[in-house]
Amino acid sequence: MTDTLTPVLTDNWDEDRAWTLAAYERRGGYEALKQAVRIDPDDLIALVKDSGLRGRGGAGFPTGMKWSFIPQDNPQPKYLVVNADESEPGTCKDIPLMMASPHTLVEGVIIASRAIRAEKAFIYVRGEVLHVVRRLRAAVREAYDAGYLGEDILGSGTRLDIVVHAGAGAYICGEETALLDSLEGRRGQPRLRPPFPAVAGLYASPTVINNVESIASVPAIVRGGVEWFGSMGSEKSKGFTIYSLSGHVRRPGQYEAPLGITLRELLDLGGGMREGSELKFWTPGGSSTPILTAEHLDVPLDYEGVSAVGSMLGTKALQVFDQTTSVIRAVLRWTEFYKHESCGKCTPCREGTWWMVQILRRLDKGEGQPGDIELLQDLCSNILGRSFCALGDGATSPITSAIEYFREEFEAAMTTPSWELFPPAASTLFAKEGVAS
Amino acid sequence: MTTNDPGQSPLPDPVEGMVTDTPTGEETPFDPAIGPETVAELRSLADRYPEARSALLPMLHLVQSVQGRVTSEGIATCAEILGLSDAEVSAVATFYTMYKRKPMGTHHVGVCTNTLCAIMGGDEIFDRLCGHLDIGSDETSEDGQITLERVECNAACDFAPVMMVNWEFFDQQTPESAIEVVDRLRAGEPVQATRGARITSWREAERVLAGFEDGLVDEGPAAVGPSLAGLAIARERGWTAPSYETQAGTGRAGESKAQAEAEADTRRAESETVAEESPADTKGGKGDD
Repeated sequence: MTDTLTPVLTDNWDEDRAWTLAAYERRGGYEALKQAVRIDPDDLIALVKDSGLRGRGGAGFPTGMKWSFIPQDNPQPKYLVVNADESEPGTCKDIPLMMASPHTLVEGVIIASRAIRAEKAFIYVRGEVLHVVRRLRAAVREAYDAGYLGEDILGSGTRLDIVVHAGAGAYICGEETALLDSLEGRRGQPRLRPPFPAVAGLYASPTVINNVESIASVPAIVRGGVEWFGSMGSEKSKGFTIYSLSGHVRRPGQYEAPLGITLRELLDLGGGMREGSELKFWTPGGSSTPILTAEHLDVPLDYEGVSAVGSMLGTKALQVFDQTTSVIRAVLRWTEFYKHESCGKCTPCREGTWWMVQILRRLDKGEGQPGDIELLQDLCSNILGRSFCALGDGATSPITSAIEYFREEFEAAMTTPSWELFPPAASTLFAKEGVAS
Repeated sequence: MTTNDPGQSPLPDPVEGMVTDTPTGEETPFDPAIGPETVAELRSLADRYPEARSALLPMLHLVQSVQGRVTSEGIATCAEILGLSDAEVSAVATFYTMYKRKPMGTHHVGVCTNTLCAIMGGDEIFDRLCGHLDIGSDETSEDGQITLERVECNAACDFAPVMMVNWEFFDQQTPESAIEVVDRLRAGEPVQATRGARITSWREAERVLAGFEDGLVDEGPAAVGPSLAGLAIARERGWTAPSYETQAGTGRAGESKAQAEAEADTRRAESETVAEESPADTKGGKGDD
């Protein structure tokens, strides 16, 4: 039985100047790379495949399998692209990781690139995080100086260059094919698949796109092995992961645990809900994952556990809201976000999100019209599955799940504004301080 | 390319001198020109990529750092370097929210008003700042110091409510703390991000984003507060991940490795079947695994 919390990725975050190469190496950093350069690339792919590591950026696709889809007989160069465009509302794990320990990611990139035989890798980081960009650039520079990057890495005969690429503010670029278009210097719009990026990705060459946390987990897997990794987590959701707790909880923050921990356990570690507060609803993995309620406190937070109750593990972004929060206000704000971030390529998403905002705005004002709930549901069913990418699907999640669990609030919105039923001042962080002091 | 740019004319012609491809249309005669040094830097960015066009986003960040926004001249310069049309570059520049077509203030202040931050107090912070500065979103204070903007989730929800200054984190803000930060910025007093460096300016930040280091990487902490919440508990209670060593180097580990491999083969066969039936991208979230 493993401990309740198992810091691996977060383990060196409290180290002095953890972002520097010296600090990282003091804690065993780049030991995995030294092992990996002696392992055959195919065996590295097999190792990650056998470990059961699944994508930590939302979809949960097996990482090693993604790597194995790269056709090695394709004469084009192979590319590794790290998706560091962390923008899903509620999601806040990759940014602190790259801020505190950028070398964990860089080491993972070098190992993963060796596995898929990429000689050029890109870290596509969202632009709105200046200090993280600084830390990444410095880490890459230090890695070159130490001989971990460039020609003939550690005498292995392999070479790798990493480019840190800052985005410019577009949620859609977290979608992997939109990210590729953006990285090619275009508007970030998703591509029709097939062909999949593994076959025709960046510059129409074989490309692997992995989330930051997925790649950052690789050095530990190389050091610990398949069995070690599998000693944490559950049958089909193996290993450790970072859960991000936010909202009306006493101690919000990052909690690294084996997959399968429950919200009840995490809330308990986080000191429980804030003073006088009761859990009303929560997202298991960002705003695109259907909301859940207090009846789901004991659901194992792994890929299977969360899908079994009709939601998704997503990015493990646990946004917790208490009884002071209006569901309508929360859902409206998320919907405004999807409307703003829809890239406009597909009509159902572009138009649908606009209309959903119009309806939710009148509901928020207490001016809902008879049939609005059914109209919202109808819009959702016309968006879901009818666009190139999952942004439109994600936009429907908060609405359909909120109607499922809180229909009475939508009905009340025919007559009463959200701010009368749930005065916003009571929900704020400073309101809590005011009450407590 | 600078000679025929309307922005360079000391007195822009009211018809021809106006930028017509922006919603605001404000072109001032005071933009610093893009000189040979900047052109060389723009080219150096293009050289970092297998295909030069990939540098367009960084190049536009650099244009902003020099000119304080994306100007027509900047668009034309990028287009010429990359062999694109102005329209192709303009299409990219107008897609991304970090690119600004209006002149920016010295500092950019972004208040997160996405759901979680809004509910935790972001709405109130934004409203109070609007009142204090007498401006709305995407507007600049009269003294030219602060451009205020509502921003979307900035990946710091455990620090909510969050404010960004030149894309540096100001965590767990209150209306009072936010106003104090803004006042200090306007007075030219030193301001330190809660997780990041001392505040320089929006233009200097844009230069770092474009791809040039500014020597401030070692300022600020590795991680604080919420970032360490779980780790602090683990330290206190002696919780750790299993050590790397215990699983390796014993005969037993070797045996069970073979067993694990056999199991993994079965699992792989199963999941490959699943993968063929349903591409990962349709499974959930944005597919950005």
